[in-house]
Amino acid sequence: MGQTIIEKIISHNIGAESVKPGDIVTVQVDRVMLDDIMIPFIVAKFEEMGFPQVWDADKVVLIYDHLVPASQQDDTRHYKIGDAFAEKYGIQNLHRSDGICHQLMTEAGYVKPGDAVFGTDSHTTTYGCVGAFSTGIGYTEMAAILGTGTLWVKVPETIRVQIDGKLPEGVMSKDVILRLIGDLGADGATYRCLEFTGSAVEQMTVSSRMTMANMAIEAGAKCAVFTPDEKTAEYCGIQLDDFQKSLTGDSDAVYAQTLIYQAEDFEPVMACPSQVDKIRSVKELEGTIIDQVFIGSCTNGRLEDLKVAADVLKGKKVADFVKLIVTPASRKVYEEAAAQGILKTLAEAGAIITHPGCGLCCGRTGGILSDGERVVATNNRNFLGRMGTSKVEIYLASPATAAACAAAGRIVSAGQEA
Amino acid sequence: MSGKIFKFHNDLDTDQIIASQYLLLSNLEEMKGHAFESLDPEFPQKVKPGDYVVGGENFGCGSSREQAPGVLKALGVEAVVAKSFARIFYRNAINIGLPVIVCKELPDDVETGDEMELNMMEGVVRAKGNTYSCTKLPPYMQQILNQGGLIASLNKEEA
Repeated sequence: MGQTIIEKIISHNIGAESVKPGDIVTVQVDRVMLDDIMIPFIVAKFEEMGFPQVWDADKVVLIYDHLVPASQQDDTRHYKIGDAFAEKYGIQNLHRSDGICHQLMTEAGYVKPGDAVFGTDSHTTTYGCVGAFSTGIGYTEMAAILGTGTLWVKVPETIRVQIDGKLPEGVMSKDVILRLIGDLGADGATYRCLEFTGSAVEQMTVSSRMTMANMAIEAGAKCAVFTPDEKTAEYCGIQLDDFQKSLTGDSDAVYAQTLIYQAEDFEPVMACPSQVDKIRSVKELEGTIIDQVFIGSCTNGRLEDLKVAADVLKGKKVADFVKLIVTPASRKVYEEAAAQGILKTLAEAGAIITHPGCGLCCGRTGGILSDGERVVATNNRNFLGRMGTSKVEIYLASPATAAACAAAGRIVSAGQEA
Repeated sequence: MSGKIFKFHNDLDTDQIIASQYLLLSNLEEMKGHAFESLDPEFPQKVKPGDYVVGGENFGCGSSREQAPGVLKALGVEAVVAKSFARIFYRNAINIGLPVIVCKELPDDVETGDEMELNMMEGVVRAKGNTYSCTKLPPYMQQILNQGGLIASLNKEEA
């Protein structure tokens, strides 16, 4: 019988002919990501467990991103604990100020198609963009992996999402994944893998696929996967081997559900306060006055996102009562955006450009909002209180829509902001 | 043992259980006073050891923060009963030894303040004179839980 992509990855990992959903198996971990918020807790648990060493220092990546640069004195405690842990166990893969963990894991080449990767952040699902099995775990489990190099997992069922055709002008992969989350509901893919396929998906850049894999968790998914192709190989700087090339869903594989979309049917949408699955067409929301716009995060802070925003804002000004905050996802994105004049365009339009990192997305720094304020943001969560008080309204949107809203000072569709 | 119910809504996310800004506090004892702060700031004072949290669908969705089940355990919550759980919360709870169990019917029949009693091994809840069956944990997870969580379980494997 045929297999889905995730079944192929897990079978290959454990050296089995095949696996089926519901099987509980122990996988060999190819890479782990530890983020700054969780590092002190992971280290404490690791020491409590009493392992003499890390199972494979080269497979461990420490990334400081949520707390960089420090906004409170206590933040530095996390760096110190991380630095000491890396020193003690010989971990070389340490990023102190290079950008957001999920951006760096693929950008810096830590994840390859077919790998099994775990991180202490729920958006670890992102690495499915290159055809890896990746998901978020807690700090106790991370400590156990650091000691053993293994993790038990239940093989998930797969939901196949097929999107054929060409997306309309102004519609981004963010609009696609938001619509899908709306259709599935915030728990519609719980414990399951989302497998994306179809000609519209094939046309997408790896960055666009990253946005979709990143938000799979917002439908409850355990993971999300795309078939690795030539674009993936180029992005990862590798030649695909036979196993990696085999990572497509077989025609006789068993799927829990199949959703079929025509790309031309998509339109710009927003997730309205305060649920990620409360999806409305931007057209329905037009006219709503806003206070702030945030373009950034591991969802939409990449070069193509900043370029789209710059294209919308070129020669225009951000509305004078709106603060537009732009946060590149990584140092590399920042440098490239600077080299291409994208940052200049955004700055001339009135954007506040901040250092790479998680920034406002996790509500710790760089544009915290207060009661009654409304923000249009390109990140992945609009939960109550995420970017300030619990009386802030967060609308999630694509970079194109967000940029248009910044210029208009209210919710508008891209192209209508003038 | 009987305990009081604290009931919460569907899609209850981990930011509501413990908000991001408190994750910087150095331990769960400091954090636990902020549990459910956005929804019920009095919760940490009102909840007593042995009480239960009851949720709807998708309980614990959102972030991977283990501090979410962690603060509930630190407050002495006996178990979380919900119609369904988000997977990371579920795994984390088992790993730290906080019982979690799926029960489809109970949440709609009870309110905050009602009393209930859970038998985890049998997968049965008793509340308001009724008996509700729950979905028992898979044996693998029940074993981790019985041993008191993942650390105890790992220590046992080594022994």
